[in-house]
Amino acid sequence: MWARWAHRWQGADVDTSIWAKMKTQPLLSVRDLSKFYGGRIGCAGVNFDLFPGEVLGIVGESGSGKSTLLSCLAGHLAPDRGEVIFATAEGPRDTVLMAEAARRRLARTDWAYVHQNPRDGLRMSVSAGGNVGERLMAVGARHYGQIREAAVDWLGRVEIAADRVDDRPSAFSGGMQQRLQIARNLVTGPRLVFMDEPTGGLDVSVQARLLDLLRGLVREMGLSAIIVTHDLAVVRLLADRLMVMKGGYVVEQGLTDQVLDDPQHEYTQLLVSSVLQV
Amino acid sequence: MYVAVKGGEKAIDAAHAWLAEERRGDTSVAELSVAQIRQQLALAVNRVMAEGSLYDPDLAALAIKQARGDLIEAIFLIRAYRTTLPRLGASTPLETAQMAITRRISATFKDLPGGQILGPTFDYTHRLLDFKLAAEGEVPQAPTAPASLDAVPHVTAMLNRDGLIQTEAEGNAPPPDLTREPMEIPTTRPLRLQAITRGDEGFILSMAYSTQRGYGRTHAFVGELRIGTVAVEMEIPELGFSVEIGEVELTECETVNQFKGSKTEPPQFTRGYGLVFGQTERKAIAMSLVDRALRWKELGEDNTGAPAQDEEFVLMHADNIQATGFLEHIKLPHYVDFQAELELVRKLRREALAHGEAAE
Amino acid sequence: MTDQTAYNFAYLDEQTKRMIRRAILKGVAIPGYQVPFASREMPMPYGWGTGGVQVTAACLVPEDRLKVIDQGADDTTNAVSIRRFFQRTAGVAVTEATAEATVIQTRHRIPETPLTEGQILVYQVPIPEPLRFLEPRETETRKMHELEDYGLMHVKLYEDISRHGQIATAYDYPVKVEGRYVMDPSPIPKFDNPKLGGNAAIQLFGAGREQRIYALPPYNEAISLDFDDYPFAASKADHACDLCAAPDSYLDEVITDDQGSRMFVCSDTDFCASRRKAGHVGPMGTPMAGG
Repeated sequence: MWARWAHRWQGADVDTSIWAKMKTQPLLSVRDLSKFYGGRIGCAGVNFDLFPGEVLGIVGESGSGKSTLLSCLAGHLAPDRGEVIFATAEGPRDTVLMAEAARRRLARTDWAYVHQNPRDGLRMSVSAGGNVGERLMAVGARHYGQIREAAVDWLGRVEIAADRVDDRPSAFSGGMQQRLQIARNLVTGPRLVFMDEPTGGLDVSVQARLLDLLRGLVREMGLSAIIVTHDLAVVRLLADRLMVMKGGYVVEQGLTDQVLDDPQHEYTQLLVSSVLQV
Repeated sequence: MYVAVKGGEKAIDAAHAWLAEERRGDTSVAELSVAQIRQQLALAVNRVMAEGSLYDPDLAALAIKQARGDLIEAIFLIRAYRTTLPRLGASTPLETAQMAITRRISATFKDLPGGQILGPTFDYTHRLLDFKLAAEGEVPQAPTAPASLDAVPHVTAMLNRDGLIQTEAEGNAPPPDLTREPMEIPTTRPLRLQAITRGDEGFILSMAYSTQRGYGRTHAFVGELRIGTVAVEMEIPELGFSVEIGEVELTECETVNQFKGSKTEPPQFTRGYGLVFGQTERKAIAMSLVDRALRWKELGEDNTGAPAQDEEFVLMHADNIQATGFLEHIKLPHYVDFQAELELVRKLRREALAHGEAAE
Repeated sequence: MTDQTAYNFAYLDEQTKRMIRRAILKGVAIPGYQVPFASREMPMPYGWGTGGVQVTAACLVPEDRLKVIDQGADDTTNAVSIRRFFQRTAGVAVTEATAEATVIQTRHRIPETPLTEGQILVYQVPIPEPLRFLEPRETETRKMHELEDYGLMHVKLYEDISRHGQIATAYDYPVKVEGRYVMDPSPIPKFDNPKLGGNAAIQLFGAGREQRIYALPPYNEAISLDFDDYPFAASKADHACDLCAAPDSYLDEVITDDQGSRMFVCSDTDFCASRRKAGHVGPMGTPMAGG
C-alpha cells in the first residue's frame, strides 16, 4: 500500500516500490515478453512486476502494442518469447507454460477480464442476474435465493437498479452493459483484473461515472489491475504506475504522476502535451 | 371403450408391400433394369458411388432402382452395405498423373501440354428440352480421333517447378480413415477431404458458392480439371510387389488460389483439391473450393467468420445420411416427451392465472 | 457384385463389436463421461436408434432375451422394427416382459418395473451433450467437461426460475454422475430421473450419429441438477391409469373424441398389462378375462 501513498508526495524521489517488494512478493512477474507477426513486432522485451493492490496502466496510441501485450498477459494470445509468472495458490507459475485447462481455471477464479466491448464479456441472451451469478454458480453456489441476492447486491454496487435484475443486457445502455460486465467479473473476488479500454466507446459523462466506480471498487477490494488505455485521464485517475508503449516497445515506465508530470522520453512528452487542456 | 391399438407389425408389413408395388409402378410399363440405370443414368450412379464411398457402379445402379430414384436413400443403401464388407487392405496412392484422360481442361492457360480436351460434357450445350428423347431412337455416332497415350502432367506440377505454387506436404504414412474412427474437431486435412468427398453434393456446392460470393473468398482458378480412368494398385505382401487390381473412373480438380506471402517470404499461389469417384465434376470443383476455405488457419489467414471457414460447421453437417436420419427421426413418436411438456405448460399457466387472480 | 445374405451374429463383425465393447468399458470405468467411438453405418437411419442398436449388438450373446420398447411400448413401429432386426440377425429370444428380459433397448422411457442385477438397459440417445443447446461448439463443451466448468448449466436453470418461477425442463433433464460428470440421460421424462441413480442394472447410452457411448454402472449416483431452494421434483399428470388404476406410473394422454375427452393410460404397456392380469382395474378399464 505504500506505493499508493507515496506517489502523492509531489517531487519526492523515493522509490517506494522497494518498500513494497520488501513487504510482499509480486503478484505478477513479466520477463522479456515478446510477440511477433512475421516481420512485424506486436510487443517486445516487456518487463515488469505487479504487486498485490497495485494498478498498472499501459498507455499508447493504436498500434503501440498495448492490446497485444494485454492479450499475451491474459493468456488470450501465445507469446513467442518470455514469461508471465503469476503467484498462484501453489506458488509462482509461468502461465505461458501452463496447460490450457489450468489457465482457464485461473481465468474463472483468480483472474478477471473486462473487455472493451461489453458484449464480448457478457452473455447477451442471459439476464443481468444470470450474468452476475454465473461465476458464483461455476464455483458451486447452489441456492437460487442467495445467488439472486448476491447478484442484486452487486448490481447495486455498480449502480444498476435492482428491478433490472431479470432484464437482458441487450436492453441496457452501453454504460450499463459495461458496469454489468464489471459486476460479473468482480463477484467472486479475483486478485487480478485485466481491463481493455474499459471506458472506450462511452460518452464522456458516463466515462467519468464509470471511472469513479472503478476507483472505489479497486480500493475497496484491494484489487490488482492492469489497464490498457489510450486515455491519459483514465490512468491519472486509476493507475499507481504507468507504462508507455510505442511501436511494441515500452519507452518509459514509472509512477503515474511522475511520468505524466515529468515525462522523460520524447514520445511520452508528445503524448502528454497533445492532450487538450480544457 | 378405448383398447390399446396393437398392430404395429401388421402395419409395417402392409406398408412395405405397398411400397414394393409403388416402386414397380404400372406393370404395363417395361421394368427398369439395373443395366439401363448404369448406362443411361451414369451421373446418378456416380453420385451414389461418391457419397456412398463405394466404387461399384452395378451396386449403385441397383440401389437407385431399389430407392425409386431417391439418391440419398440409394446412398444410404450403399453405406449400409459397405459396413458389412471385409477390409482386405489399402491401395498404393493413385497416380492421377497417369490417368487415361477423357476430359481435361485448365482455366489458367490458353494452351498447355496435354491440351484442352472437352470430353463428354454438358458445357456449351443449350439447355433446351430435347423432345426427341421422349421417343427412343438411334443416336448418331460421334466423330473419333486417335487418342494420345502420353501421360498428361498436372498444371500445378508445372507451376511448382518454378516455385510459383505452394508445395503440398509429402507423406507416406497411411492416412486415417474417417469411417473407422470417431470424428474429432479440430481435425486434419486428410479427414476433412474424406468428409467432403462423401458429403452431400448440394451442401458442398452451396458452401463453395458462398466463398465465391465473399463468405471467405479464396480467388479460385481451376488450374486443372481432369476426368478419366486410373489404375488401382495394391501391394501384395506374399508377392513383395504391387499388382493392379482394377481401375476406377475419377474426377480430379486442383484450384490455384489466392497467393500468399509476407515481407520475409516471397508470394506463392495456394491450392485447393477435389477428388471424387466417377465423372462428378460439380462436386469435385466445389470440394476444392471448400478444401481451400478450410485451410485458412494453416495458411495464416484471418477467420472472417464465414460458414465455409468453420470446420466444425461444415464437417458436422456435410453428411447427408446423418442429416436425413436426424431430420426424419422427428416423425417417430415423441408423445412421452410431449406429454411432459404439456404438463409443464399446464402447470405454468395454472400458476400464472392464479397469480393474476390474486393480484386483482 | 457380391451376393451377401449371411450376416455375423447381431450383424456387426467381431472387430467392430470389440471396438464398441472397448468404448463401453471406458464408459463404465468413467461414469457419465462420453466416450467417442467409430459409429458404423447401420441398416436403419441415424437418429432412429443406430447408437442403441450398436451397443445392443455388441452386448448380445445367443442366450440373451431381448426386449425393445419405444415410448414405453413394445408395439410402437420403431420398437417392432428394431426387435425384428435382432431376431433376423441374432436369432435371440424376445420378450415383452421386463422382468424376463436380460437386455432391454429403450427409447425415451425407463420401465416402471424395477430392474435387477444382471440386466442391461440400453438407451437410444439423439444428442448426448447436455450442454449442446447452450453451447453449440463441440470444442467448447469438451473443455467444459474436462474442467468441470458447469456454470452455464446452472445459469440455464437460474434463468428458468427467474422467468417461469420454476425449472422449465420436462425431459432430457441433466444429472450429475458420481459427483463429477454432467450427463444427458436421453429424452426420458424427468419423472424417470429418480430411477437412474442406485439402479441395480447396467445402464448404457448409445448415440450413433454423434458417435458417443456413455454408461451408468450399477448403483451409481445420478443426481438431477437443481437448486437447494428449488429442488428437483419428478412430476407427472395428476391422475391414475384409467385401465389399471396405477397411481404412480407415467401416463400417456389419449384423446378419445373431438369434444376434448381424454383418458390417461400407462405408457409402459408391459407394466399395465401385468397389473390388469393381476386383477387391478381402472375407472375405464374392464376386468381381464383369465389371468
